[in-house]
Amino acid sequence: MNLILASLAVLLAGSTLCLLVPPGGKRAGILGPAIAVLGSVLGIVPALDAMVGAATWQASLPWVIPAGSLAVGMDALSGFFAFVILTVSALAAVYGHAYLSRTGTARRVSASWFMFNVLVGSMLLVVVARNAVLFLLAWELMSLASFFLVMFDGEKREVRRAGWIYLAATHFGTAFLLVLFGLLGIRSGTFDFSGFSALRPEPVFAGAAFILAVIGFGTKAGLVPLHVWLPEAHPAAPSHVSAVMSGVMIKTGIYGLLRFSTFLGAPMPWWGWTLMGAGVLSGLLGILSALAQRDMKRLLAFSSVENMGIVAMGLGFGFLGISRGSFALAFLGFAGALMHVFNHAVFKSLLFMGAGSVLHAAGTVQLDRLGGLSKSMPVTACAFMVGAAAICGLPPLNGFLGEFLLYRASLGAIAGSGAFAGMEGAGLVLLVSLAMVGGLAVACFTKVMGVVFLGEPRDGTAAQAHECPMAMRLPMMVLAAICLLAGISAVLLPGFVEPAVRCVVSGPDAVALAALSLPEGVFSWTAGAGATVLLAAAALYLLRNALLSRRRVDSAVTWDCGYAAPASRMQYTSSSFSAPIVRQFHAVVRTDTTATRLSGLFPSGASFSSEARDVWREHFYAPLFKLFTAMSARARGLQHGRLNLYILYIVLALVALLAWKLR
Amino acid sequence: MMPLVDSVHVLILVTCLLLLGSSRLGACIRTVAIQGIVAGGVLPWVSSLHISMQLLFTGVFVMALKGIVFPVLLSRAMREASASREMSPFVGYGTSLMAGVLFFLASLWLGAKLPTPDGVSGLAVPTACMMVSTGLFLIIARRLAVTQVIGYIVVENGIYALGLAVAHDIPVLVELGAMLDAFVAVFVMGIAIFHINREFDHMDSGRLNVLKG
Repeated sequence: MNLILASLAVLLAGSTLCLLVPPGGKRAGILGPAIAVLGSVLGIVPALDAMVGAATWQASLPWVIPAGSLAVGMDALSGFFAFVILTVSALAAVYGHAYLSRTGTARRVSASWFMFNVLVGSMLLVVVARNAVLFLLAWELMSLASFFLVMFDGEKREVRRAGWIYLAATHFGTAFLLVLFGLLGIRSGTFDFSGFSALRPEPVFAGAAFILAVIGFGTKAGLVPLHVWLPEAHPAAPSHVSAVMSGVMIKTGIYGLLRFSTFLGAPMPWWGWTLMGAGVLSGLLGILSALAQRDMKRLLAFSSVENMGIVAMGLGFGFLGISRGSFALAFLGFAGALMHVFNHAVFKSLLFMGAGSVLHAAGTVQLDRLGGLSKSMPVTACAFMVGAAAICGLPPLNGFLGEFLLYRASLGAIAGSGAFAGMEGAGLVLLVSLAMVGGLAVACFTKVMGVVFLGEPRDGTAAQAHECPMAMRLPMMVLAAICLLAGISAVLLPGFVEPAVRCVVSGPDAVALAALSLPEGVFSWTAGAGATVLLAAAALYLLRNALLSRRRVDSAVTWDCGYAAPASRMQYTSSSFSAPIVRQFHAVVRTDTTATRLSGLFPSGASFSSEARDVWREHFYAPLFKLFTAMSARARGLQHGRLNLYILYIVLALVALLAWKLR
Repeated sequence: MMPLVDSVHVLILVTCLLLLGSSRLGACIRTVAIQGIVAGGVLPWVSSLHISMQLLFTGVFVMALKGIVFPVLLSRAMREASASREMSPFVGYGTSLMAGVLFFLASLWLGAKLPTPDGVSGLAVPTACMMVSTGLFLIIARRLAVTQVIGYIVVENGIYALGLAVAHDIPVLVELGAMLDAFVAVFVMGIAIFHINREFDHMDSGRLNVLKG
């Protein structure tokens, strides 16, 4: 407990230290990450303790905040999220030290580190808060800090636009949370979570609260159709911030949803279906949009939408399991979702750091200007490949574990015997959408990996790329190692999520259920298989080296294809690679193409370009906001700029009040 | 009936109507100076049974400020802006006078509604309300900044008179607070008029809305 509080104190109080040093100096660039790392390291151990269910505590600190109390606590669920947050944040801070010192905009480095530390501290506070007012304060602090971090390059027009979209979206979500907390507070007469959990709400109230929670927390988590801010804000932020935001900050939405669902009593089937629907929609639309993107960071952001969709599917399946009384399936659903939260945090921050390194080295993340970077940036390419394979859910890596749990849940439900009975339909939906999302994810990340790192440079800057400094390589290597180790030590991992799941599902005899639903034999089998694959790969590599050792090895251009004068333009572009798939989903993913056709026997010039469009933004949000603008334009008549009439409004209001009082 | 007190009240009412009906700035400034002296200085003396040192001091202070300082500042502002009369107010003078009559009726109704403490003239509350509404009307209906400042001062006089009528001992504090506001308003307006005049060659606040974004 003391260590968590110390960590909070270091992060929140230490952040102000960043403001005391010269804003653009070297000291800010060292002090900021140092505080973030120190604070995170302090908190990681107790978080891990709580996560495995060893140390849970609750305390009310003797300090007053308006209308709330400083109640904090730690259980397995909080511990799980705190562990994820602190691990990724510490690594991102190390990465950011080098990233920010080299980007050239030195003047706001100290402010940026101040906000970064506030962000990490407030995320930790969100998961340990045990009072709604404190939770909301931390939540708002988190949103504002990340907004200012996104605005780091605020002199660019598109960054400012992205920042405002993010600010508007996050406050849209917070508005729903305010109503939710208000409802719960009025009901229970207190804002403490202990009071909330004593609440036994009737179905209508619980249903309304659940909808509010899904909208409020779903906005933060980036579930479709509330995801519009995500593909804007994440690419606009500096890469280490994108890593934290996409890797862990959006997970606080999942945490909130889980935490508040425990206050609402027994879930109803439609809760599960709602979440599963949002999950399927997010998963499919997210990965399809990602496939159509040509900007690496934007693509990663859309892939975050997809992964949060997978998590939401798992949660929905879990809620459905509870409501149907199938605790084994519920357990599997929640465990898969939480597992995926951890995994996604690791590989998505790794991938964003990889994208940051590419940006750092080549000066762009436009896929069609990159290429062949694996030769100049071997470490980054290797780490990125590990992350890409992990996000596709390939077996020896960690991404496989969470999806495997979900697959097992769906297959168990479809088989529908014994403890798994009664959820055939949901199982089928889960299976089909998971398989489809997984397949598209493979296509998507093959595209990124192939276009960015393989082949030949498409552009002069990509040709002059260089490997990034050690402080940027190290966090990526650590994260890649976590991907690999977590995948191989799969036997241990269910034990990691199990206590956290217990916080949400309280089955009749949870111990027996755990044994039932987490078949450890399977995990040792996958771990063994993973290790075998790796060993086999290593053996093949050694064999290749041995075979080639006494022969002459020639190296030639990658895309020769038998032509006399191969050019880098002959390579597949990102859009040509994904076109066959994207075209099939024309209904949901639109791309604009402009082409000049060839004509004549000796055609001179031809061109082709395509641009992915955001269907939701164009066909849902744009008309909606147009409507709002039109409605508020009518009210603009009141804002004419005449001081006299403004005073007249005030006088009229006062007179009306007086007359009303005296009537 | 309290003949002396009531005649002072009537005097104040007359100044209100004069302010509503006059287009000459000089006349308005003189009228508001008279009203300030009467409402701020004379009224407390005639309506109070025992004259304390505190009352004496405040009275002298108020009369000096409203009778000398404000008029001088306003006259200077008027000269600097080289405007001697309000040419095209938002609401015309005839209509303003009619509005003044309506205000008086409303003030009488309000005076009947509001409880008047014992020993206070029945005209006290209506007069105060009349001043407040006249001042607000001047702020709203006049175009020139000088006239609007005059409106502020009239509102302030009214607030003081109302305080005097319904709460006997508090007024000193209320008056000082409100007067500070009015004083600041006069200064700010003086500076603003000077600058508006210099930048735009007029002090028509109605045309300031072209500045809005």
